[in-house]
Amino acid sequence: MAEVLVLVDHVDGAVRKPTLELLTLARRIGDPVAVHLGPGADTAAPVLAEHGAVKVLTADAPEFADYLVVPKVDALQAAAAAVSPAAVLVASSAEGKEVAARLALRLGSGIITDAVDVTAGDEGPVATQSVFAAAFTTRSRVSRGIPVITVKPNSAPVEAAPAAGTVEPLEVSFGELATGTKVVSRTPRQSTGRPELTEAAIVVSGGRGVNGAENFSIIEELADSLGAAVGASRAAVDAGWYPHSNQVGQTGKSVSPQLYIANGISGAIQHRAGMQTSKTIVAVNKDAEAPIFDLADYGVVGDLFQVVPQLTAEVKARKG
Amino acid sequence: MSLRIVVAVKYVPDATGDRHFADDLTTDREAVDGLLSELDEYAVEQALQIADAADDAEITVLTVGPEDAKDAVRKALSMGADKGVHVEDDALHGSDVIGTSLVLAKAIEHIGYDLVVTGMASTDGTMGVLPALLAERLGIPQVTLLSEVAVADGTVTGRRDGDAASEQLEAALPALVSVTDQSGEARYPSFKGIMAAKKKPVESLDLSDLGIDAAEVGLAGAWTAVQDAAKRPERTAGTIVKDEGEGGKQLAAYLAEQKFI
Repeated sequence: MAEVLVLVDHVDGAVRKPTLELLTLARRIGDPVAVHLGPGADTAAPVLAEHGAVKVLTADAPEFADYLVVPKVDALQAAAAAVSPAAVLVASSAEGKEVAARLALRLGSGIITDAVDVTAGDEGPVATQSVFAAAFTTRSRVSRGIPVITVKPNSAPVEAAPAAGTVEPLEVSFGELATGTKVVSRTPRQSTGRPELTEAAIVVSGGRGVNGAENFSIIEELADSLGAAVGASRAAVDAGWYPHSNQVGQTGKSVSPQLYIANGISGAIQHRAGMQTSKTIVAVNKDAEAPIFDLADYGVVGDLFQVVPQLTAEVKARKG
Repeated sequence: MSLRIVVAVKYVPDATGDRHFADDLTTDREAVDGLLSELDEYAVEQALQIADAADDAEITVLTVGPEDAKDAVRKALSMGADKGVHVEDDALHGSDVIGTSLVLAKAIEHIGYDLVVTGMASTDGTMGVLPALLAERLGIPQVTLLSEVAVADGTVTGRRDGDAASEQLEAALPALVSVTDQSGEARYPSFKGIMAAKKKPVESLDLSDLGIDAAEVGLAGAWTAVQDAAKRPERTAGTIVKDEGEGGKQLAAYLAEQKFI
């Protein structure tokens, strides 16, 4: 069976959930071969094997952390040369997409980004995408070269599928461009203890109606009662009420959780683009005419300062 | 020596319009009014600020697209860019990002550059990979997704706010930067700017001017193929209740019924 390369997204060997989802998709096309770059391969390998990796190619070098994007492209190119894969799957993070694009060009391959599903097809993998602010669903394939596909988080279930996961070192020689962009310093984001926005099963968001940074605590309290991530509309972020890293929408994160709760968000196209594919959508807004209600499976027309705390209290009571 | 800045911009269908596909499964660019991609306004703005900070700089705005795409160049010129280049060729219809990056790279080399500036993504394709592809093709450092950028003494520095960390980046010119919508509000063209833009030169180029074989671009030259496109089914109308004092509890009951609690 053909091998499928999966670039591992991890923090010092702690494998992020989207990578496990990629392994699920890779198994539909062939035998997953994980590529682990940077430290922590010993920690990551058993997890990758447990989820279907037949092989784990590893390389560690300071270049991966000290320079932007290109060292990883060099490594993935070396991995592609080593295994002649049927496809390359990469998580649709900002960096993942950049790595994938440069790799595709080097391989003479087409690239598809932000797939929400990947299936095997007669002429190679078929990728489903959600486009034009999720107004359309397309199915596409790469028609030249080794298909390079980036996949959004929450696009596939994480499945246990134990495989050998044989660890093999990957020889990487860095090209001249690898050291072109130096990462002079890196300030890790402080963990909020909440789930990652793009990976969360439930997202609770606040918008213009939240009316101030100090009021976001009621959004956070609801989120915490549900074990949810916190999102914000562009209006709330532009007003400085919540960090840009939590922005949901066209220029922020695109989320597809099981449940999305929009509070004080009107539902402009820019926001809908980032959350329209959520399975269940709930909205709280005082304006009955807000377009968000057109998307909502359940909506409450009312003052979020009344409705949300009551909801939080009720959730806590029901959860006991 | 003058700092030569090229800003690559895209003419896109208005995102608030009813965008859809043409019969050949390419983006329909006729039915919805086009405009300079909002995210590219940030690129023009940062180019203008970098040029202001330099002793001497010239900004060329570059676009690839149908005849109307010239509107996007004019908008950027009215904001303050110095000249425009418009690559237009019937053979370009249906190009994918690989083909588009080839044309842009050839055009950027034709213009001559020290710094290439782009937005973070287009508002129609939304891939966000064109900047990386351009850097790869041009063989220059990519300093991408910046929320802050500065150029001094032949070096680009900037801040990239990623998911896990905020990174301070540095690269020597020539280089490519892409900027996010967090990089600072774009200026509105002044009346004077709009009038001046009418007199600024816009060079028109086609594929033969750039030495590109038509077979390398367009729908037939694309390395990806869209098999089908379906309108997403309308969401079925949900239950909307008015809060009469029990709205939060009613919502909790709904969430419990849906097994979220």
